[in-house]
Amino acid sequence: MLHYIWVGMFVSGFIAALAQGKLDILTQAVFSGAEKAIGIIIGLISVLIFWLGLMKLAEKSGLLQKLTRLLGPLVRWLFPGLAKDHPAQSYILSNLSANLLGLGNAATPLGIKAMQELQKNNPCKDQATPEMCTLLALNNSSITILPTLVVGLRLKYQAQAPTDIVLSTFLVTIIATVIAITLDKFYRVRAV
Amino acid sequence: MYNILAWLGTSLVPLIIVSLPLYALYKRTPVYDTFIEGAKESFPIILSIIPHLVGMMAAINVFYETGALSFYLGLLKPLLHKLPNAEHLVPILLLRPLTGTGALALLEKLYATFGPDALVSKIASTLQGSSETTFYVFTVYFGAVGIKKSMYALKVALLTDLLIFFVAILVCTWLFG
Repeated sequence: MLHYIWVGMFVSGFIAALAQGKLDILTQAVFSGAEKAIGIIIGLISVLIFWLGLMKLAEKSGLLQKLTRLLGPLVRWLFPGLAKDHPAQSYILSNLSANLLGLGNAATPLGIKAMQELQKNNPCKDQATPEMCTLLALNNSSITILPTLVVGLRLKYQAQAPTDIVLSTFLVTIIATVIAITLDKFYRVRAV
Repeated sequence: MYNILAWLGTSLVPLIIVSLPLYALYKRTPVYDTFIEGAKESFPIILSIIPHLVGMMAAINVFYETGALSFYLGLLKPLLHKLPNAEHLVPILLLRPLTGTGALALLEKLYATFGPDALVSKIASTLQGSSETTFYVFTVYFGAVGIKKSMYALKVALLTDLLIFFVAILVCTWLFG
């Protein structure tokens, strides 16, 4: 599926550029896109270094293990394939909480760390495990309590009640999470 | 209510940043060395993500900057005219999983045209706030650990995005309509 979408974006861009008689914008777009990616990576490096450093502190001081003992059952309900003492649990928990609480840039490093832990006992290193798919599904549709970016934009445009979309966003993201979990469980059963 | 939540949201991160090292110190962990040890683990991850992200962003940018989206939507226009607001919301549905900033630009355009309090603006705001830049999340998470066969993950994510679109329209029409 990914292969088709990837090629599809190039081909549709080519046709659109051709139709406008400006094929050179495609070349520009490729390299400005690549540049944007490097910009994002630069931002990600600092965030990743800092949060992974902090998480090592949480791990070595025993805080993560405490968190897992407390909330592990919830993770194992969402990720039925995980062993009771699997180290990925604590990172999954931290990742999901960071998403839920809207802790800005902390969620991505934690999610990556969780993926890494899941990858450690993946028998087929280039193929995603069901747990990895679930983690991705949950990250793509996490419950949002504070859509700060949108509220900020609404303030800028002088909306009458800039925060009225907080409730709708919260409701939609709850439903979205239920949808994501359901779809994930459906395809997981079908894939076996 | 929002202000209290927002204050909690912004206070939580500084609190975590201070309390984690403090707790580790209390547990007699060599704090600074441990921090560096964890921080070092980020380099292989970064190296692994770079090619994935560059490849993906280049393709997305081609689709976005060549105006492919508006070109194809132009062809669909007669169809989109038949449904209320579809002309303004469908572009956001298609752009949101690809580029967060691109979708945000569309949202700003809606605010400027219809005002932030119009129903269509509220639906678009809710959409922007409730969904993720799916291709970015997918590329970074799977790229970081070198997954090539993503199984059904992308399908689930994109299907969820599509369903969120309809849920957002329903919820907003019910709340604000």
